[in-house]
Formats: sequence, structure tokens, C-alpha cells
Amino acid sequence: MPVDVRLPTVLRQYAGGQATVKANGETLREVFHDLVLQFPQLNGQVVTEDGNLHRFVNVYVNDDDVRFLDKLDTKLTGDETISILPAVAGG
Amino acid sequence: MLRLSANAYAKMIGHCYDGLPLEACGLLAGPPGSTDAITCYPARNAANSSRVYTVDPIDHLKADRDAEQHGNEIIGVFHSHTHTDPYPSPTDVANAPDPNWHYVIVSLRDDAPMTRSFRIGTDGKITEEAVVLLAR
Repeated sequence: MPVDVRLPTVLRQYAGGQATVKANGETLREVFHDLVLQFPQLNGQVVTEDGNLHRFVNVYVNDDDVRFLDKLDTKLTGDETISILPAVAGG
Repeated sequence: MLRLSANAYAKMIGHCYDGLPLEACGLLAGPPGSTDAITCYPARNAANSSRVYTVDPIDHLKADRDAEQHGNEIIGVFHSHTHTDPYPSPTDVANAPDPNWHYVIVSLRDDAPMTRSFRIGTDGKITEEAVVLLAR
């Protein structure tokens, strides 16, 4: 069952302007892989070349920051909402 | 130009003083694509520092959802500079997440708070913009 993935405004341009898209996968890594197959321009925006979560984004499964779950290996049952937001920091 | 509602402005300045001696931060929301910041979402500074800030990721998620429920979106971020000018630091520029956002800095160096707002391009170019306070 596909999960909903909410995109931040800055990434919507790479997904035809959509705010929420659907993607399949049993883990977060698989969901992002499916997302890139659908929207190749998202490649490198969320997952780095070496297969880790990009430090410029925060990813949530429902209400939880996935850095405190199993990161990209977080398992999904299909009824979750994935949210991606920019990491906001400065000095 | 950034137009700030009186309520958002008061909440932002209050949160900056409440955060002392640390840097304070938060998000600003308004109608999608507009220059009006009508809601201020104070956030915790996850960096817990007087020199840098990180908007707490969970506070960001809550703000984003609340803004969406009200038909708005996050259009910018604010943070305080406790002892320096309200001008983006190299760290601010390097980390700027969205060229469409407004980057508001509140300096608490002087007796009165000083608020300035900037746009930061993907090329790192800083452009100051006018800040207009909306009447109550």
C-alpha cells in the first residue's frame, strides 16, 4: 500500500508542483527509491550518494523524527504519512 | 518586502528576549506565495547555544502542520543575534534552506530590538528587504 509523502515547498518543483505524492516501499529507503523512480529530479535531494539521509533535510514518519527511529531503515506498514522538511539552522 | 502582523511581531520579539542568553529562533507563516507573515511559531533552539541555532525539528513539523491547517505555509524563519548586528552570518547563508523564504534577524545588542529581513539566493547572494509592520 503506498504511503503519502509530503514535500517541502523547495522540493515541489521537482515533483510537478505537488505538495503530497504517493510512493511504495516497506522501508523509508525503499520509499525514497520509488520516489526517485517517479521523479528523477529528486535524486540526491533527500538521500545522499552514499545512501544516507541528507543533513539538509529532516524526515518524519507520522510525528517522529526518523533520526530517532531507524533512519532510512525505518519499517513502514503503509498507513504512515512521511513528511520531509528542510533542516533550518544558522548562526 | 516582508509584511509582519503586529501579533507575529510581538510574539517574535518576546520569544527572542525569552531565549536570552541563548539565540532564539522560530518560523513565520502566511498565505502561500505572499509576503505577509501573519503567524509566528516560536521554536526551541535545538543547538542550545548563544552563537548558533537549529530550529527544533519537531517544533518545525508542528508549525508546518498548523500553518497548513490554516491555509498558510511557512514563508520564513527568524532568529536572534544576542550581541551582533542583524545581518546574516556565513553560517546563515550556508544553511539557508529555501530561496523563497524570508530570513529575519532580530538583534538584541542595543536597548531596543532591531529587526531586519533578507532574501538569500541559492548562489548565497544576500538581499535586504523592507520590513513593514501591519496595523492591528
